[in-house]
Order: sequence, then C-alpha cells, then structure tokens
Amino acid sequence: MLLIHCPYCDETLPELEFTYGGEAHIARPENPADKTDDEWRDFLFIRTNVKGPHFERWRHAHGCGRFFNAVRDTVSDRFLTTYKAGEPRPDLAVLLEDAAKKEPSK
Amino acid sequence: MTHFSALSLLKNALTGQKNWQAQWPDSQPKAEYDVVIVGAGGHGLGAAYYLAKEHGITNVAVIDKGWLGGGNTGRNTTIIRSNYLYDESARLYDHAVDLWEGLSQDLNYNVMFSRRGVLMLAHNVHDVQSFQRHIHSNRLNGVDNRWLTPEEAKEFCPPLNISPNARYPVVGAALQMRAGTARHDAVAWGYARGASQRGVDIIQNCPVTAIRRGPDGAVEGVETAKGFIRAKKVAVSAAGHTSVVMETAGVRMPLESYPLQALVSEPVKPIFPCVVMSNTVHAYISQSDKGELVIGSGTDQYTSYSQRGGLPLIEHTVAAICEIFPIFNRMRMLRKWGGIVDVTPDRSPILGMTPVPGLYVNCGWGTGGFKATPGAAHTLAWTVAKGTPHDINAPFTLDRFRTGRLIDEAAAAAVAH
Repeated sequence: MLLIHCPYCDETLPELEFTYGGEAHIARPENPADKTDDEWRDFLFIRTNVKGPHFERWRHAHGCGRFFNAVRDTVSDRFLTTYKAGEPRPDLAVLLEDAAKKEPSK
Repeated sequence: MTHFSALSLLKNALTGQKNWQAQWPDSQPKAEYDVVIVGAGGHGLGAAYYLAKEHGITNVAVIDKGWLGGGNTGRNTTIIRSNYLYDESARLYDHAVDLWEGLSQDLNYNVMFSRRGVLMLAHNVHDVQSFQRHIHSNRLNGVDNRWLTPEEAKEFCPPLNISPNARYPVVGAALQMRAGTARHDAVAWGYARGASQRGVDIIQNCPVTAIRRGPDGAVEGVETAKGFIRAKKVAVSAAGHTSVVMETAGVRMPLESYPLQALVSEPVKPIFPCVVMSNTVHAYISQSDKGELVIGSGTDQYTSYSQRGGLPLIEHTVAAICEIFPIFNRMRMLRKWGGIVDVTPDRSPILGMTPVPGLYVNCGWGTGGFKATPGAAHTLAWTVAKGTPHDINAPFTLDRFRTGRLIDEAAAAAVAH
C-alpha cells in the first residue's frame, strides 16, 4: 500500500484515500481551433509513461477532495515529493539528491 | 529435435526419462539479422515462428531482457475468448481462437488449450442489456456467444450462487463455449521450440537499450547489452516496456503502463468447470489443471513498472470472488504477482506498421493480450514479411490516434478484457 502525503491536509495517509489522476502539467490548449491533428493527438493521447520519476496528479478523494501533484518513481513506487496544484514543477535533480541522502541504498 | 508423440513418451518412459533433450539452444547474437524481434514472450516468439514457417524468413533473432516467457506471458490468468463487441476486434480475436484450436498439433507441443467455456455474469439491468448487445453483435460476426438464464448458468457452473438474496444476484449470463484456457508457459515454449527448429536465434538476458536509425530515418538495428545487432527490420513486442523502447527510436506511443495483478489458491480437487467473469463485481476465476484457483481483476490505479502492485487491489479482488462464490471463502491463497501491461486510450491494441521504415510494433494489449497471442503473432509476421498491413490488423494502426478512428472497446467491454 502506498503512503501518500497530502500537501493540503499535511498528513501522510494510505493510498485507499486517494485516486490517481494521470500525468501532471498537461496544459489545455489556449486556442483549440488552431491545433493540428498531430497536436491534438499529443495532447489527448501521448503520455511520457516514464520509467523513473513521474510527475502525476492525485486527488485526496476521501479527505479534503482536492487535486495535488506528486513526483513518484515508477520503478520503486516511492514518492519523491507532493506539492499543491498550481505550484511550479519542482527541480528533479534536487529531489533525486535529497532522496539519495535520506535513503542512500535506494 | 525430438518429435513428441505417444511413441516417444513410451520410449522415454521405458528408458527412465533420461534421454530428453533441450528443446532449443540458448543462442548468442550474430552481427546481423533480417529481422530482430524485441521481446521473447508468446507474441514475439510466435511472430518469429510464423515468419519462419509461413514466410520463409529464418534469419531472425528474438531478444529479451530477461528469460523467455518471463513477462506477461508467464503472468496472466490464461483466459482465451473472442466475444468482443466491434467488428475489427471480433475478427482479430476470433482469428486467434481459430489458431488456438489447432495450435498444439501445429507446434507438436501441447499448449493444453481447453475449450471449457467462459461465462460472463450479469448482475443488473445494465449488464443484461450490454451483454445481450454483445451477443447479437457477436452472432452477426459469426462469433459464438449465447444467453443463459440463472438456472442454465447454475447448471453449467454448479458452484455458482444464484440465490436472489445474494449480495450481487446473478440475473443471467453470456456464455462463449469456444472460449477457455491454455497453459501460458507452454505457449512460449512451443513457439520458441518451433521457431528455433527453423533457425531462429533466441537470445535471453540481453536488454535492448536503443533502436538505431540511419540518416534516411530507416531502422539500422538495435543496441543491446551484448553490442550492436544490425537488422533490416525490427519488430517491438515488449508489452509494458514498449513505450520505453519505442522512445529510443523517436516514436512516442499513446501508451501507459500499469501493474496488473493475479493470484492463485492452494491446489484443490476439480471443482470449477469453466471460466467465470464478472465485470460488475470485478473479478474473474478459473481452475488450473494443477488444481489452483486462478484469480484476477483490474489494474492498479497508478502507472508503474514495479511488477508488484498494491495489496488493496488483491483484497478487493478476493472480496469480490467470495461474494459470488461463498464456498471459496476459506480457501487459502498461495501466491500473487504483478505484470506490467501497456494500455492504450481506446483499450485496443496497436499492431503493425509505424512511421519509421523497417520498424513494426505489437503492443497496447492492456489487460487482455494472452488470448490474442497466435492471432497477433500471425498477422504481425505477415506485416513484417510483406511490409503491408494484414487484412485483420489493418484497423489497429498507430495513426488512429491522429485520425480519430478509434476502436473504443473500453466503454463497450467494461473493465475486464
């Protein structure tokens, strides 16, 4: 079971309280009419599906009900951080360095 | 290579089973091949087998980062069926069932295909309407599927609880008699043996790190842990890792990789005669020939490459099974595992050509790739050999996500494929 930190409630809680919301930081096109078919495909369907640190959305469905963002390693399922919606993408290099300091074996 | 027959079994029985030979060699890579297939699961090995057998292309290597059949081929719940809603899917999956029926004879290797029937339970009005729509659509496509009353379902599957007081009452069921199960490992082994007999190299423990493209954009070969291997054509059949491999060729895929878990109970005497699926309660169950109950359900909610998955999902799955089959509520579960499945936005596979010359792909099977193994392998081999789509795999293009011609089985086939 994943333990997930909700940045709004400031508590670390079991996965069962949360629902996954897919990849984060995918901005809706500002002028949809100007987009080509290729751009629509990329927006709607193409995901990074990265093997490693993944920027993703979660929702604290059985808590505050709010969406937030997280960085999770998809190989170990370990969360590197969670942060509020609207905050900028954290620097991945710093996160990885911090994680290595905390648990050097991983 | 040994030809398996009753006579060969008898001969080996009389000589103390000491003269069995390895069924295929563990090859080392050559410098160059006509075709390199990435991923030695049922799909990849099958494609190599059909390339050699039907198209005479034998200078082929199948490369895997782990051991043969160690990915989703060895991790699924072995269910085979073809009762899909849309014409395109019905043709593809029914083509696979056609091949399943003759596969053991074709390979001279017992894949233990058992047409024991797949029963899909309806628990509410929506299920009834949806399944009856499937049945009508299937019958128009020549795919076997019929409607059973709760009493008929109980007669077909005696452990079923059809009491109207059940938590999820059974109000009817759809039955595909041609559907069933097969021994998943034997499928990989049978194809490996058949391909190897015809000259295909099977290279294990050799991760493909990148696909190399030439200045004209066409495929030149693959970079691997054992060095560069030149190839005129490369076919990627890497399941959950397809998007990682394709990215190295500069092709971004509409795929997300999720863990899909399954579990088995302790082995017991034969009690369960068929496969039962319930999309509403969200679980499926059958009994293996060893006697274990084989149980599965949907994917975990988050993307991952961990091949583990979370325990909440197992609890949910087992709870669902106990709701439908209270007799199993004291069974002990022995093992559980996860496989990484590549899911497309429309829950239909991507099978055939890519924008890169010489690069082919077979992916996006999501939670239901095992049943399609022979059909996917057979049509992929055609496409690789001839450089054009096969009649059956033609609708399953990568380009459909640009044109919008999706084959949207997600809404139609509910959760479990």
